[in-house]
Amino acid sequence: MSGGVQIPVRVAAIETVGRDIKRFRLEPRSGEPMPRFSGGSHVVVTMQSGAQTYRNPYSLMGSPDDGSRYEISVLRTGQSRGGSHFMHDTAAVGTALTISHPINLFPIDQRGRKHILIAGGIGITPFMAMAEQLDLLGQPFELHYAMRSAACGAYAESLAARYGRRVHLYQSDQGRRIPLAQLLDHQPLGTHLYVCGPGAMIEWVMSSARGAGWPKESLHFERFLPPPSGTTFEVRLALSNRTVPVGEHESILEAVEAAGIDAPYLCRGGACGQCETAVLSADGELDHMDHYLTPEEKGAGRQIMICVSRLKGRVLELDL
Amino acid sequence: MNLVFKTDETFRDNFVFSKTPEAIRHFPFPFHEDSYMYAVNIEPHTKGPVGSATEFAIDVDEHYVAEMAERALVLKEDPLRCQALPHMMLAQWDVLELLMTSMAQDYPEHFTLKRDGDRWHWVNRPLAIDQHFVFGDAATLPCQPMEYVTRQCQGDFCILDQRENNLWMDAGIATAQADWSLDFDIGMNFMEWHGPVPLAHELGVFDRALKFLLNLQQGRPVRRLNWTMTINPRMDTSPEKYHKWGADRATVTPENAGQKVHLRVELQGLWRLPRSNAIVFSIRGYLMSLADIAAIPKWSRRLHRVLKTLPPELIDYKGLTRYRDAAVTWLSQFDDGAPTSPGCAPD
Repeated sequence: MSGGVQIPVRVAAIETVGRDIKRFRLEPRSGEPMPRFSGGSHVVVTMQSGAQTYRNPYSLMGSPDDGSRYEISVLRTGQSRGGSHFMHDTAAVGTALTISHPINLFPIDQRGRKHILIAGGIGITPFMAMAEQLDLLGQPFELHYAMRSAACGAYAESLAARYGRRVHLYQSDQGRRIPLAQLLDHQPLGTHLYVCGPGAMIEWVMSSARGAGWPKESLHFERFLPPPSGTTFEVRLALSNRTVPVGEHESILEAVEAAGIDAPYLCRGGACGQCETAVLSADGELDHMDHYLTPEEKGAGRQIMICVSRLKGRVLELDL
Repeated sequence: MNLVFKTDETFRDNFVFSKTPEAIRHFPFPFHEDSYMYAVNIEPHTKGPVGSATEFAIDVDEHYVAEMAERALVLKEDPLRCQALPHMMLAQWDVLELLMTSMAQDYPEHFTLKRDGDRWHWVNRPLAIDQHFVFGDAATLPCQPMEYVTRQCQGDFCILDQRENNLWMDAGIATAQADWSLDFDIGMNFMEWHGPVPLAHELGVFDRALKFLLNLQQGRPVRRLNWTMTINPRMDTSPEKYHKWGADRATVTPENAGQKVHLRVELQGLWRLPRSNAIVFSIRGYLMSLADIAAIPKWSRRLHRVLKTLPPELIDYKGLTRYRDAAVTWLSQFDDGAPTSPGCAPD
């Protein structure tokens, strides 16, 4: 199993928590407790819809210290490749899914003297467990949560009720915006900052913080890229001696898996590096979409992260 | 294996140490072929054959009680052998959970763990310990959780914090180490503490190993074997105690090498820890004299060939320079030139 040890689960509860956002409670089918996890972890959920398999990463939201259930939130995306639509339209209480063991690419830096958590929209999900863990450990934190409107702000009220003055909410339809400059300016030494949200928000927070003199070691972000769409092409798999077509709305990894070939992966979002694959030849330009390879490595064109990157061309030959 | 603990063994001064035939076959002989070079020799830490050192995730053997007494002696003389930076407390509890659950599951006749929420009850019969404590509350244990549990578990341990795409040695206990110092390495990152290793950097071994470990997954522990040699069955060959063991290396002759020279194998395990996202790195050392190795014809034949062809840089780095020739001469009596079978296991 290239995605690691899998845990069979069933959907135990579904709740609508915001516009186009549903919360799913997952319980182990075996009845055995699931692993504890660290705040910021995600699991890759495997969904079976007839002959079609979908795999999406979702942040774990519940208590890191509760092995009896995991909780995830799923935003129904406009250009879903199937996964989020399956979860919203087909999954019901009792639906069987499998999940990976928890993987954390967005951990709390335990050395931090204080933690500033900045969320945009559905980017709130990893912070649900992080806030709980920080609270449990008695570590100081502030959560700044920006949303389009109150209707879009899943969990805003329960977070405010639970953590009180540590939670700050900003609704852009009310003209409220995170006072970032002020926030960056007034933090004690040893403060760590974490941001999860839309790409533009991450850019804004990270570049503002760097501009304000924050060390990069104190800045953390999580950005899961859904695999972008593009034009169709073929991958020629040298080790498997197969040729597989990649559709417009399909990643190379998904196309390879659909052909029954086991390829390594962990995050499926261009972050972890696990699916790095050697490029043997390409008759067009590689469209690197990940944030794992360095600009030099991307330029050299000898590797590709097959979970998100594509070819602008006809045939890509891989060492797979 | 039906374990009978040897309670009177010593790993210093008069050196009282022996191996039963079962323990000899239990030894994790590290050479799968007749020569040795560095490789990223990492494999899944799954259940090995019955009676082998990898039968269980955490191996307990006949030297358990004596090794724990040796650890207590070392810690009494030098408390800095066990250190944890303040941000590693959560990881310490992760390690305690891993070791206690594993030992209780695999050796139920010796260890019992009962859990009622965060109220835990631990019984260690070989060491006559019966402890109630609250998981997560260090004040309910006689010392910090990592020290508490590793005083009851064979092998040295390092806990590695993961951040900035690197691993940092921010906690550990080392009382039976092959010439490295926790007190010196604490707080260093993966590349820093591996700095002194020759040849491997050029081969890119550490770049690949680090990349692999950064993605180590929960529920998928891995292991590798490392080795060196030690004169006399001495567990504590730390830099701090160099004045005690350094001179031993000049006492080896072709006549006494069989008794004096020990192959020291480290079974190294790596686990991703659940609550802290840290990695625990266990270094379980096994000592066996060349004379005991000669009980397994395949092993003595192969060790002779490995030592004879070892690259000079490795002879120096592993500290074998002064006695390698004597060991090769002693082992040559068991090497008839016959081919050896593939793999590490005895024929």
